[in-house]
Amino acid sequence: MRKALIWLPFVAFVGVLAVVAIGLFRPADRDVRSALVGHELPEFALPAMVEGVPGVDKARFTQGTPRLLNVFASWCIPCIAESPQLMRLKAMGVPIEGVAVRDTPENTGIFLRRYGNPFVGVGDDRDGRLQLAIGSSGVPESYVIDGKGRIVLQHIGDIRAEDVETIAAAVRGAR
Amino acid sequence: MIAEAGLAALWFAAALALLQLVLAAMGVRATRAPAEAGAQAPEDGARDSWTPAFAGERGVADQLLAAVRPVAVVQGALAVLAMGLLIALFLRSDMSVLLVAQNSHTAKPWLYKFAGAWGNHEGSMLLWVTILGAAGAAVALLEKRLPPATLIATLGAQAAIALGFYAFLLFSSNPFARLLPAPADGNGLNPLLQDPGLAFHPPTLYAGYVGLSVAFSFAVGAMVTRDVGPAFARAMRPWVLGAWIFLTLGITAGSYWAYYELGWGGWWFWDPVENASLMPWLAATALLHSVTVLATRDGLRAWTVMLAVVAFSMSMVGTFLVRSGVLTSVHAFALDPTRGEFILALLTLYIGGALALFALRVGTIRAGATFEPVSREGALVINNLLLSVILAVVLIGTLYPIVAAGMGVQLSVGAPFFDKTAGPIALALVAVMAAGPLIRWRRDRAGAVARRVAVPGIVTVAVLGIVLVAVPGIRVLPLLGLGFAAGLAVASVAPLWGRALGRTPLFTWGMVIAHLGIAVSLAGMACDSAFTKETLVAARVGEPHRVGPFSVTLEGIRPVVGDNWSALEAKLVARRGEGAPFVLRPQSRFFSAPPTVTSESAIATRLDGQLYTVLGQADDQGRWQLRLWWKPFVTLIWLGGALIALGGLLSLLGRLVREGRVARREEEA
Repeated sequence: MRKALIWLPFVAFVGVLAVVAIGLFRPADRDVRSALVGHELPEFALPAMVEGVPGVDKARFTQGTPRLLNVFASWCIPCIAESPQLMRLKAMGVPIEGVAVRDTPENTGIFLRRYGNPFVGVGDDRDGRLQLAIGSSGVPESYVIDGKGRIVLQHIGDIRAEDVETIAAAVRGAR
Repeated sequence: MIAEAGLAALWFAAALALLQLVLAAMGVRATRAPAEAGAQAPEDGARDSWTPAFAGERGVADQLLAAVRPVAVVQGALAVLAMGLLIALFLRSDMSVLLVAQNSHTAKPWLYKFAGAWGNHEGSMLLWVTILGAAGAAVALLEKRLPPATLIATLGAQAAIALGFYAFLLFSSNPFARLLPAPADGNGLNPLLQDPGLAFHPPTLYAGYVGLSVAFSFAVGAMVTRDVGPAFARAMRPWVLGAWIFLTLGITAGSYWAYYELGWGGWWFWDPVENASLMPWLAATALLHSVTVLATRDGLRAWTVMLAVVAFSMSMVGTFLVRSGVLTSVHAFALDPTRGEFILALLTLYIGGALALFALRVGTIRAGATFEPVSREGALVINNLLLSVILAVVLIGTLYPIVAAGMGVQLSVGAPFFDKTAGPIALALVAVMAAGPLIRWRRDRAGAVARRVAVPGIVTVAVLGIVLVAVPGIRVLPLLGLGFAAGLAVASVAPLWGRALGRTPLFTWGMVIAHLGIAVSLAGMACDSAFTKETLVAARVGEPHRVGPFSVTLEGIRPVVGDNWSALEAKLVARRGEGAPFVLRPQSRFFSAPPTVTSESAIATRLDGQLYTVLGQADDQGRWQLRLWWKPFVTLIWLGGALIALGGLLSLLGRLVREGRVARREEEA
């Protein structure tokens, strides 16, 4: 009896360990369900950031085609990791609009040349005002916008290989 | 260069931790053989600082100890150096360092650059490891009473913990990683953290959290050498007390910080991270009391060792919960599963190892002195059990969302659960702690105890009656809280009754003040919960609104600009009855880096409570949303917390003074 009791703390710890290991290795839905889903984009018009690529404004998102809005910056390392996935989405026919946050035209240009340009347009959000208005707390972040300018999905953090299908499906579903 | 120097310091510290571990293992090997041959003599002689069984090997142990001590000290110094270099990088706003670029901004006031060094995952883990190293160094420098063999094993355990966390920093959370090309400016610090509280709260809390590692290492050391007795308890007690004081201060400060910074008017949110700091505190509080039983009466040997292991284990579990992102919380900086896996592996190793060692060795720790159920020891056992139950409740409540998520349900466990479960147990605990100091050690008569607790009991009943009449419809928990607080306050000072106050030992004063602090804090919680008045209004300029005894008028809104924010500031003129009017200026602040809006509450503190005001949004008719609270006696919550910590400090000083005197007398003799 006493022998068994002595192992009780150890057994209890193994139990706790099992619980947290489940939490860690089988992560349930970690998506932050954004309060912005269902909201309409605010009115905005961002000037072009780099030569040869137009700027981005609200009207782009209200013409019937669902689009992906990607908030990025050349100084953001996860954005580099994300760029191949954006190129894949582009190849799948998803129109992507870029918002360059707190960045310079030179650096953005270098970034697009080096890692490829998945964007239809790239807007210059130098002071992060649009980023704040659409409730983005960091870079990168992506929003699926239906053809009427409403946010359908907010993806926080970089788009990984395993997220591509979900996002493409959301864009298709928003039609 | 600074970043590279910091990284090098970390690598050197890790290497020294490895060396420390190897030397300690050699020391344990060298001293173990004769100990086993000597038929576990150390236990019988536990009262002495050294035992004949080791005498033959004393030279080896002393030599190894002489080698381990400086290694531990230098290792701690290197960790402190690394932390210092990281702070230097933040102060210089060196944006070529990834961590600085991600979490700082050149326009930030210097205090937040300084404190921003630990306002992020990597920096806070470095702070954690720094305190771990410093605690190990302090033990190596200051601990003179533990037998050399146990001290060597203790420093070995400390090195083993440090080694794992150095590896965690170096392999998966390097705070000194470079970012090339460097951005023109950084991302800025989470505005919620841009508060002087950040400079004080995490280091204090961590000192407590990680300070408990010393108790853990002591316990492991004592289990390795099978040397658990009053001498061990007396050596461990100041370290436990020290960590506990920091933990108490850290929790109290964190609670006040959340209260005024989050702008919700609450002082405890049962957030997973708050629970992560509460659980080690509960375990450490239990440990503090059981170590006293062990030191004075040689009872509760196995239980004390167990609690010492559990206390720091709770610190590590807390760190894991916060750092792995398993639970979502406002404090979770980084959601990176690989880091979670790393910490989980460390947890398995350290906690699992210590508990397995406990299970294997506890049979060889001979039962200490026994005692009657009605005795100070008996009361302390009940105190320990109740604290453990609260700890289990908090742990289960904190982990339950993970279990639920595993079953496909998303939920969060909050105040309704914890108030209903932990609340009543805590009140029972208060009743026991009121009676405990009035019961004699070893054995007492139930009748005599009943006579001694009669006065506090009558006070409790009287206050319950008065409150029930004066405040009809008061809820049960606040009602009981007020009654028990009054009874506990009387019972706490009762041990001073009839004593010459000047000759009462400092540690008795410590106990009295700490227990009184609990009563004060409990009274504050009950008052806040029972008597708070809240008003939510859409206010026009010039229109007075009532909250409690105050009338508050919005006189105007104006823009103001700070170092790295701009804000709308309301001018509120408040008046209590016909008293002199005073001004409050709550703000709605806009931070540009990162872009965030926070509300800065404005609080007016009076002797009998706080008027708490928050500015909200404007509506389209030119009215401003205002949240006004009158919180009677809410300040008692934190005043009580400060008293508890002060009690701990007096107790610590009292023990050190007395034991210093005893040691000197022994030397003379």
